[in-house]
Amino acid sequence: MPGAPLLGVEELTMRFGGLLAVDQLSFTAYAREITAIIGPNGAGKTTVFNCLTGFYRPSAGRLALHRQEGVLPLERMEGYRIARDGGVARTFQNIRLFAGMTVLENLIVAQHQPLMRASLYTFGGLLGLSGYRAAERAAVEKARYWLDRIALSDSADREAGTLPYGAQRRLEIARAMCTDPLLLCLDEPAAGLNPRESADLNQLLLAIRAQHGVGILLIEHDMNVVMGISDHIVVLDYGKKIADGAPAEIRSDPAVIKAYLGEPET
Amino acid sequence: MSYFLQQLINGLTLGAIYALIALGYTMVYGIIGMINFAHGEIYMIGAFVSLTTFFVLGAVGVTWVPLALVLVLIAAMGFTAVYGWTVERIAYRPLRGSFRLAPLISAIGMSIFLQNYVQLLQGARVKSLPPVIHGGFQLMESNGFVVQLSYLQIMIMTLTIALMAGFSIMIAATPLGRAQRACEQDMTMAALLGINVDRTISTTFVIGALLAAVAGTMVTLYYGVIDFFIGFLAGIKAFTAAVLGGIGSLPGAVLGGFVIGLIEAFWSGYFNAAYKDVAVFGILILVLIFRPSGLLGRPEVEKV
Amino acid sequence: MPLKGLAKDSALAAFVALILAIPLVGLNTVERDGRIVVETRFSWVAIAVVAVFVGRLLLGLVPRRQKQATDKRPLAALLDKHARALGWCSLAGLVIWPFLPFSSTYLVDLASNILTYILLGWGLNIVVGLAGLLNLGYAGFYAVGAYTFGIAAQSFGLGFWEALPLAGLLAAAVGILLGFPVLRLRGDYLAIVTLGFGEIIRIILINWSSVTGGPNGINDIPRPTFFGLPLTARAAGGGETFAQFFGLSYSPQHRIVFLYFVVLGLALATNVITLRLRRLPIGRAWEALREDEIACRALGINPTSVKLSAFAIGALFAGFAGAFFATRQNFISPESFGFQESATVLAIVVLGGMGSQLGIVLAAVVLVTLPEFGRDFAQFRMLLFGAAMVAIMVWRPRGLLSLRAPSIRLAPSSERR
Repeated sequence: MPGAPLLGVEELTMRFGGLLAVDQLSFTAYAREITAIIGPNGAGKTTVFNCLTGFYRPSAGRLALHRQEGVLPLERMEGYRIARDGGVARTFQNIRLFAGMTVLENLIVAQHQPLMRASLYTFGGLLGLSGYRAAERAAVEKARYWLDRIALSDSADREAGTLPYGAQRRLEIARAMCTDPLLLCLDEPAAGLNPRESADLNQLLLAIRAQHGVGILLIEHDMNVVMGISDHIVVLDYGKKIADGAPAEIRSDPAVIKAYLGEPET
Repeated sequence: MSYFLQQLINGLTLGAIYALIALGYTMVYGIIGMINFAHGEIYMIGAFVSLTTFFVLGAVGVTWVPLALVLVLIAAMGFTAVYGWTVERIAYRPLRGSFRLAPLISAIGMSIFLQNYVQLLQGARVKSLPPVIHGGFQLMESNGFVVQLSYLQIMIMTLTIALMAGFSIMIAATPLGRAQRACEQDMTMAALLGINVDRTISTTFVIGALLAAVAGTMVTLYYGVIDFFIGFLAGIKAFTAAVLGGIGSLPGAVLGGFVIGLIEAFWSGYFNAAYKDVAVFGILILVLIFRPSGLLGRPEVEKV
Repeated sequence: MPLKGLAKDSALAAFVALILAIPLVGLNTVERDGRIVVETRFSWVAIAVVAVFVGRLLLGLVPRRQKQATDKRPLAALLDKHARALGWCSLAGLVIWPFLPFSSTYLVDLASNILTYILLGWGLNIVVGLAGLLNLGYAGFYAVGAYTFGIAAQSFGLGFWEALPLAGLLAAAVGILLGFPVLRLRGDYLAIVTLGFGEIIRIILINWSSVTGGPNGINDIPRPTFFGLPLTARAAGGGETFAQFFGLSYSPQHRIVFLYFVVLGLALATNVITLRLRRLPIGRAWEALREDEIACRALGINPTSVKLSAFAIGALFAGFAGAFFATRQNFISPESFGFQESATVLAIVVLGGMGSQLGIVLAAVVLVTLPEFGRDFAQFRMLLFGAAMVAIMVWRPRGLLSLRAPSIRLAPSSERR
C-alpha cells in the first residue's frame, strides 16, 4: 500500500573540495514504505544520509520533506531542527548510544522535546508542578513499550554501553522511534548481525512500518534484509543513481550487477 | 613615523618568539588533534635552563659570547627536549583512545604541576640575566626619536625564519616528515603500514620542545627577566597565534605569531598597555567564532 | 612484568629523571653578596633519581587491574546503596558541627571554607561533570558574584541578602553572554577560550580601578544579618543587635557560626536544585550531550541551548559562592580570582569524579584541609593537585569514587539484586 510521497530528493549534489561524493541524485521515498539505498562501498550512501539529517549542507539540490502542514526544505535546515521539526530520526553506522547512561535513560532522552514542554522548560519541573510528573510517567510507558518490542525489558537499568552488540543496535532503533518520527533513517542496521538477528531485524522493521506508519529509509549491504523487506530500492555507484525500482527489477538489472561484480571477462 | 617603525621592529621580534612556540602547538595538534596545554611550561623551562646555563658558563670562565650562545642553546634544547618527551609519555600517551576530556585534563594537570615544580625549585621571584648581546644599528631618527634595531633582534628573527624553513623542508622531504603527515591523516592506517606511530608522535613533541627551548633562550636574552609564570601567558598567546594562522599549518603558525606580536606591540605602543593581553584574547575569540580554520588553514569537515 | 625487564625499565626511568633533574633540581641561581652565583644541590638530584627508580619498580610490581566491562567498585557501590542514609547522617552532622564539644571558631571557619569550595565544586560539576564542557575560567564567575556584592554594597548600600540574588543573576548573565559566542566550539578550543575569559575578567578587575578598586580591591563589605539583626557588638544607628534580641552576651563567635549556617544553606540549596535538575529533561540532556553530541542533534536536541543552560546555572552557583566569599572575608581583591582558583576548583571536580556530588565533597575536604596540616603541605598543594589530575586521568578517569547513579530507574533499587 504505497502512501503519498514523503521525501523528495531532487538533484542532490555534495562536493568535498574536488571530490564529487553525490552527483545529482533524485528519487522519492514514500510514506509507509521501506526504501533501501544500496551500492558498493564509497558510493555515497552515508553522505546522502548526512545531507538528509543536516550534518552536511548539500552543495546543490533539494530535499523536500512532505508533512501534513506543508513541505520542509531540509537542505536549508539545521541538523537538530530536521529531527525536531521534521520528524526525521536516524541511526548511525558506528552505533551512537549514550553509553554511560542506562538503556531506559537513552529512551527517555529521546523524548526530550515533549518532556521539556511539560516541565515548562525546566521551571515547572523545578517547582515540582504535577504536569511534568505525569509527562514523565507517560514517557516511561512509551519506553517500556519499546523495551518490550526489542526484548530488553530486563536490561532497562543497565548501562547502554555494556549491552551486547545486537542489543545495542536494536536499542538505537528503539531510541529513534521514541521521537515519534515520520521518517526513520537507518544506516546499516544489520551490520555485524548474525542471520538470526537479521531475521529478527526484518520482523521488527516490518512491524514498525505496519503499526507506526513511518516511512523507512535504509542503507544496507545485507541483501537478505534488503530483498526481504524493501518496497523500493535505489542503487548508487560513484555518487550517481544507476537503478531505481522494485526488488525484483533491481535483482536482475545489468547495471547493478556490473557495479557490484564487475563485467564478466570475455 | 619612527615611533611606528620601532613598534614594527619590536612587534616582529616578539612575533618571532611567539611563532617558535606556536609551531610546537600546531605540530602537536596536527598529529594528535589535541592542544598541548603544557607547551607553555616547556617554553618556560627552556628559559630557565638557558638562564642557569649562562651562569654556569660564566662561573667556569666561558665568556666568549658566540661560544656561550651555542652552548646555551644546545643545553636548553637538550634538556627541554627530554622534558617534552617525558610529558608526552606520562600525560598523553596512556590516554590515547580515552574519552575526549581525559587528555585535556591531564594536560592541564601537567601544566599546573610544571609551573609549581619550577616555582618550588627555582623560587617564586623573578630571575634576571645581565645583557649578553649588546649593540645594534640605528636606522633613522626623527623628532629626536631614534629607531634602533639591535643585533639580538636580528638574530631572533633570522633564527625563527631559518628554523621554520628547515622544518618545512623536513616535513616535506624526509621520511620523518612523511610519517608525520601520514599519522595526521590516518593513524591506524599508518600503523598498519609499518610506521612507528609512537615514535613519530614522540618526535613531534620533541621537535616542539626544541623550538620552545629556542624561544625560551631568546626571551631570556631579550627581556633579561624570567619567572615561573611566563609560560602561562605566552602559551595562550602562542596558541592564539597558531589558531589565527590556521591550526595544523606550519606557515600559518609563523604568520600568526608575527601578527600577534605586531598586534601586541602596536596596542601597547598606541593604546593602553594594561589591556594588551585582553586585545590578544579578543583576537582569539573573534577568530574562533568567525573563522575557526584561521588564515591559512583548511576547514575541518565533521566525521559522522 | 618480568623482573629483569622491570629493572631495566626502572633504570631507564631513573636515567631520564637524572637528566630532568640536573638543570632545575641540581642547579639554582641565587643572589649572594650582590652577585649571582650558581648553587648546586646534587644530593637532591640523587634523591630524585633513587625515588623514581624505586617508584617505577613498585608500580610495576603492583598487579595491573583488568579493565572489566562492568567495573565493579565495591566501595563506590556500597556508598551508592546507602546514599540516602549517608546523606541524612551527614546533614545531621553538619548541622550540629558548631555545637560539638571539640568544636572551635577555627574549625567552624574551616568548615565554612570547605563548604565554599563544595559549593564551587558542585557548580562547576554541572558544567564539566554533567555537560562535559571544560571551563577553565570558572573563577571569573566567582569574581563577578563577589564584585557585584562589593560594588553594590559600596555604591548602593546593599546588604548581603539583597545582593545575593543579584550576584547570582549577574554571574549567570555573564555566563550566557560569554557562552553564547563560543559554545559551538570543540572541547579544546572551548577550554582555552574560557581560560582567556577568566584572564580577561581578572585584568579588567585590576585595571578598572574606578569601579573595582583596582589591585586594592574593595573593603568593608557588610556582613549578613539575621533577619535584619546585625551580629555585631553594637548596631549602627542605635538599633538592636542579634545578641541583644536573644538576650545573649555578644561574642564574635556568633558571626562565625552564622556565616557557617549561611554557606551550609547555600550548599544544600545547590545540592537539592542540582539533584532535581538531573532528573529533569535538561539535566538528562546535559549528560547526553557529554556522552555524544552528534546523537543529541539527531534526536532533535539543540546542543547550543543545552550547553548555554549548563554554563548559566554553573555560573549562577559561582555567583552565590562569590557573594558569600566577599561577606566572609569582608574584603575582596583580584588576586583571589586567578587561574589558580579555577584550577583548584577543577581539581576538586576531577578528583571527586566528574558528576558525583559525594565525590566532590570528599575531594573538597581533602584539598582544603591538606594545607592546614603545615606549611610544607601548603607549598606543595598545587604541585600535588597537578600531579593528582594527571594520575587520576591515567589511572581512574571516572574519578576516585565515581559510580554514576542513573537519574531514573525502571525497577526500584530494592528489587535489584
